Amino acid sequence: MLPYIGRRLLATVPVMAVVAVVVFMLLRLTTGDPAAIIAGDNATSQDVEAIRTKLGLDRPIVQQFVIWIGNILRGDLGESFFFKKQVSELIAERVEPTLALAICTLLLAVSVAVPLGVLAAWRRGTWIDRGVMGLSVLGFSVPVFVIGYLLIYLVAIQLAWLPVQGYQRLADGVGGFLERLVLPSLTLAIIYVALIARITRASVLEVLNADHVRTARAKGLGDAAVLVRHVLRNAAVPIVTVIGLGVALLIGGVVVTESVYAIPGLGRLTVDAVLARDYPTVQGVILLFSVVYVLINLVVDLSYTFLDPRIRY
Amino acid sequence: MAEPVATLALEPVAERAGVARLMTRNRSVLFGGAILALVVLVAALAPVLGTTDPAQVEPVLRNKRPGAVTGTRNADGTQTERTHWMGTDSLGRDVYSRVLYGARVSLIVGISVALISTAVGLVIGVMAGYVRWLDGIVMRIMDGLMSIPAILLAIGLVSLSRAGLRTVIIAIVIPEVPRVVRLVRSVVLSIREEPYVEAATALGARTPMLLVRHVLPNTLAPLIVQGTFICASAILVEAILSFLGVGIPPETPTWGNIMAEGRALFRIFPHNILFPGLFLALTVLGVNILGDGLRDSLDPRLRSRL
Repeated sequence: MLPYIGRRLLATVPVMAVVAVVVFMLLRLTTGDPAAIIAGDNATSQDVEAIRTKLGLDRPIVQQFVIWIGNILRGDLGESFFFKKQVSELIAERVEPTLALAICTLLLAVSVAVPLGVLAAWRRGTWIDRGVMGLSVLGFSVPVFVIGYLLIYLVAIQLAWLPVQGYQRLADGVGGFLERLVLPSLTLAIIYVALIARITRASVLEVLNADHVRTARAKGLGDAAVLVRHVLRNAAVPIVTVIGLGVALLIGGVVVTESVYAIPGLGRLTVDAVLARDYPTVQGVILLFSVVYVLINLVVDLSYTFLDPRIRY
Repeated sequence: MAEPVATLALEPVAERAGVARLMTRNRSVLFGGAILALVVLVAALAPVLGTTDPAQVEPVLRNKRPGAVTGTRNADGTQTERTHWMGTDSLGRDVYSRVLYGARVSLIVGISVALISTAVGLVIGVMAGYVRWLDGIVMRIMDGLMSIPAILLAIGLVSLSRAGLRTVIIAIVIPEVPRVVRLVRSVVLSIREEPYVEAATALGARTPMLLVRHVLPNTLAPLIVQGTFICASAILVEAILSFLGVGIPPETPTWGNIMAEGRALFRIFPHNILFPGLFLALTVLGVNILGDGLRDSLDPRLRSRL
């Protein structure tokens, strides 16, 4: 087990290195002079020169990369051109809404999708199955922001059940905090539910045909016990895998959802930074999201040994 | 002895006919294909479907509700009446015309991203699968690219240069390529172990010949399926980029741009978001259903791989 964890951790090193190079190259691949872009339209050539020296853009590219990666490893993501603040500080300010939204969505999606997928597999070929699968294709196809605006229109404007947009910090009261998270989480959860329900169905279908399930039924176990103890447990590995991989969808969705619901989180920060051509912030956020994504999938990989004791490394 | 020879010669033809029949018999392929065909038709025929110039700004006609009839006075004093089936936006542009013309951008982006990323992915994937020393390096790079969430990578890439159709297409292609590479590589790796490929090698077939005759045909089915799904996701990502304001310039009618324009007045005039959203969802749904059908009919084994 331990050697496996070690090997798996080592395997993420090259992946993270590639991510770092790609993110680093983002600023260097711009058409035109990054220093001039940063300086803005009204800058003098001295300003541009000063920025170039400050960012070390006049040095060889390999040296630039080494300095940059060294700073990152010490937690220094550089200074935002637009917000005039440390990027790490900026991220720390914006992390709460995004984290709250992501966790809410994750809980909502898993608790809806897994039962739906199991049900569809259990009632394979019936209208329930076709309905769930149809909804899942639909969930993949309707864009996040269209769902978002539909929900705002129906629930918040027509029915006036919930606030339309905005975010309230957890510290300012749990009621308002949750009230403002319901619609965004629901919006974001739909594509995730579609993904998880589909894989759950496929995975459960495979296990349902296994011999040990027939044995379990033959010895007189009830449906619920068969499903939970014998089917779901054995179908867990693909489901957990797709939950991990789906985090990429979730992160992409966060960017859009936060824009639709005017939530001041990391997703909104990304868009604002791109619009302002604030490259250190763009780099910082992309790097952070990618690291989180890689780590989550690392945890997922490690969880296989607990989910399925037959898996040995 | 004549008989077995005849069946042998006929077999490939019969098989191909079978695939075509399977495809057209699959309800998903027909249904998804019909939706897609309809959108293509609408996009192609946009100028003759009662549209006006989608970029024409008419401040007098702004913020009309769907179905509103407006009259404009011509130079000779006669009145021309126009019905705005989907209303107008806050600059007085006809939403119906913009939505119909917007279909063009979505289809161009979807199809070109699908073609380019499968072509690039095919080349890299075949190289990774065939050239041993390249495999490790290429796959680590692909793993790294895949661990940056696709939309974020696309957003980062569009910020690099002036926004435009080409930039957007490239920005969507790059995150898609690794997925194709993985697929192609896995097909190549399994094909090269097949006895018939070994036999061909033993008979002295050269690598280019092997690739063209044995490897490429086997990648075709999964690539068509994957390409369809890439097309659907590219259409969505383009709309998202435009919607966020980092995609194609706002004066170009795209579904994402129309929705972005409608955001400010959404509470009063939801039609600016609902109509393009409906078209977008319908198109992506059609392409996704088509992809599902193609997967099921072309190769049932793909179910587990895609």
